Amino acid sequence: MEHSDLKTLVDADHGMISREIFTSPAIYKRELESLFTRTWLFVGHESLIPNPGDFYLSRMGEESVILCRDRTGEVHVFLNSCTHRGMKVCRYDKGNAKVFTCPYHAWSFALDGSLQGVPHFDDLYDGVLDRDDWSLLEVDRMAVYKGTIWASWDKDAPNFETYLGDAKLHLDMTLDCRDGRSGGSEVIGVHRWKFPANWKFAAENFLGDSYHNHSHGSVDAIGIGPSARSGVKGRRDDEMKAAQHIWISFPEGHGVHSAMEHPDAEFIDSYLDQPEIGAYFRHCYEERRRRLGDEAQLIPFTGTIFPNTSYHGRQPRGLCAWHPHSSGETEGWRFFLVDTDAPTAVKDFLRHYYMRYSGPAGMTEQDDMENWLYASAASKGTIAKRLKLNYQQSMGAAKLNDPLPGLVATQMSEHMARGYYTRWRDYLEGRDWDQLLGVDDPRFSDGEPVTKAGRA
Amino acid sequence: MSAVSDFSDLIGRNLAAQPGYAALQSQLEAFYFLEADLLDNRRYRAWLDLLADDLTYYMPMRANVPLAHDRSDEFTTVGEGIHWFENDKWTVVKRVEQIETGIHYAEEPLSRITHMISNVRIVDAKPDLETAQQIAVTNRFLLYQNRIVDDTTTFVGRRHDRLRHNAGTGWQVHFREVIIEQGILQAKNITNFL
Repeated sequence: MEHSDLKTLVDADHGMISREIFTSPAIYKRELESLFTRTWLFVGHESLIPNPGDFYLSRMGEESVILCRDRTGEVHVFLNSCTHRGMKVCRYDKGNAKVFTCPYHAWSFALDGSLQGVPHFDDLYDGVLDRDDWSLLEVDRMAVYKGTIWASWDKDAPNFETYLGDAKLHLDMTLDCRDGRSGGSEVIGVHRWKFPANWKFAAENFLGDSYHNHSHGSVDAIGIGPSARSGVKGRRDDEMKAAQHIWISFPEGHGVHSAMEHPDAEFIDSYLDQPEIGAYFRHCYEERRRRLGDEAQLIPFTGTIFPNTSYHGRQPRGLCAWHPHSSGETEGWRFFLVDTDAPTAVKDFLRHYYMRYSGPAGMTEQDDMENWLYASAASKGTIAKRLKLNYQQSMGAAKLNDPLPGLVATQMSEHMARGYYTRWRDYLEGRDWDQLLGVDDPRFSDGEPVTKAGRA
Repeated sequence: MSAVSDFSDLIGRNLAAQPGYAALQSQLEAFYFLEADLLDNRRYRAWLDLLADDLTYYMPMRANVPLAHDRSDEFTTVGEGIHWFENDKWTVVKRVEQIETGIHYAEEPLSRITHMISNVRIVDAKPDLETAQQIAVTNRFLLYQNRIVDDTTTFVGRRHDRLRHNAGTGWQVHFREVIIEQGILQAKNITNFL
């Protein structure tokens, strides 16, 4: 695949993208080799491995990785494959271990990945095998950020916060306590399920595709939100009804849909189904205002951290990893978040809401899965593949750094997707990190070009 | 909730030789076959009448854990954290209302479904099998689902049910645990009732 081919696949300037990027096995293979080996990937949360020896199986791209905490409390991420003959050294989803012993020939690895036990070492390997050379493969880069754990296979990757860029502010608002204290969240459960769609449909959905609201007409009509038992329709409380919605594309490929409240805004009645829950969130809102001042005007809604980590900022609140299985299959992992020190009644209320909204049995997200499946399936045909997909919404409407850093639209927009796929192409072309971070991307100095184009 | 949800002490019980077992089991099979007919024929409102108002209906998630571990490591525990779902009656009614909107695209057009119920076994009856008002039942289900063209999913698993008999309503389920033999769910959605 030549660079010129990739250029025609993603034509961001004209807002057109080839369907092949969602269907082609060759492009998928290129993604595994050029993209999933370099980007920062979300692998889990500290609350899943609170104690020394705790481990949790996760994934990076198609591959199984072990997330664990060693005896000194240090967090590690290892490729889950024995360095002797390749067997998975861990096939338990979670637990506590002293060592990982391979079931095949019983090589065993300590929690820091070092090769410890080699059966018959003295008889069979003495003088030849240097244990230090045969540790479990550890990721080249690892970062723990406000409880979340991220990793990259690229030793030259920029540090995690540089990679986040100005999307950090929005991710922060998702990870921070509801009352504005930094960090402090825990995972109360993880949905893991496999669906027949290309992974990028899911990632793109959370970049801020607010245009797909239509899909959720059924839950909006009947009401399933935190005030639904009190007769309020919709799938969530409309916490942003008095706020300015903003859609932001970032140079690194991330995209978010957030909202800015008026400086004098007041708490919007929500969580009406249980007065004490409503009172708790009112308290959190007022505390957050007091603590953060003007910064509290920002409310997170959804976002995707390039390439495959998405979040819902408030209702419901959680992080998703969209793990690729093939060009047409994805494993969705949804990590549900609450404040660690929230009252038990609040956590209980939230978990019920999260379950009826999210995941394969979630009344909202079932309809998303249907979209992603048939968008993938109906793009495979010989004739269908000749057609480009349309990404022309709100071209040129975004302004630079107003009111927050990034390319910001105040109307629904697909410029986040245009930016995302531009970076996606850079990875597949094997660009250097300056380009992957969008350092010289003219969209972030001159704004987005407006180039009218018909259906090509 | 744990006393209701925990079937571990009941699973090994064999009441089949006791007086009244066959008659009650026959009643129970009729109940489950009716339930399957109502669901497969999309008579959701009639199906809702088989569920008690104080319903707890949940489907735990499962993990690969070492043999020696407790059930609470392998299965998520009802009343705590996240499951595939944990419905009360209100939520089940909402799910029916959603299908009835005609714009719930994951079930519009509706899937074609068949429930098969087998291995119905009464593992507890109070006060006794002949005058039972409260029972605990285990059974197996197979739900075949096909939608649009070739979008086909088969769910296979076990149910741990608790039913109560009322003069007005007959038998109603007030607790149901749906156990599926998968850890990572091999289905894009769970849009039908298990």
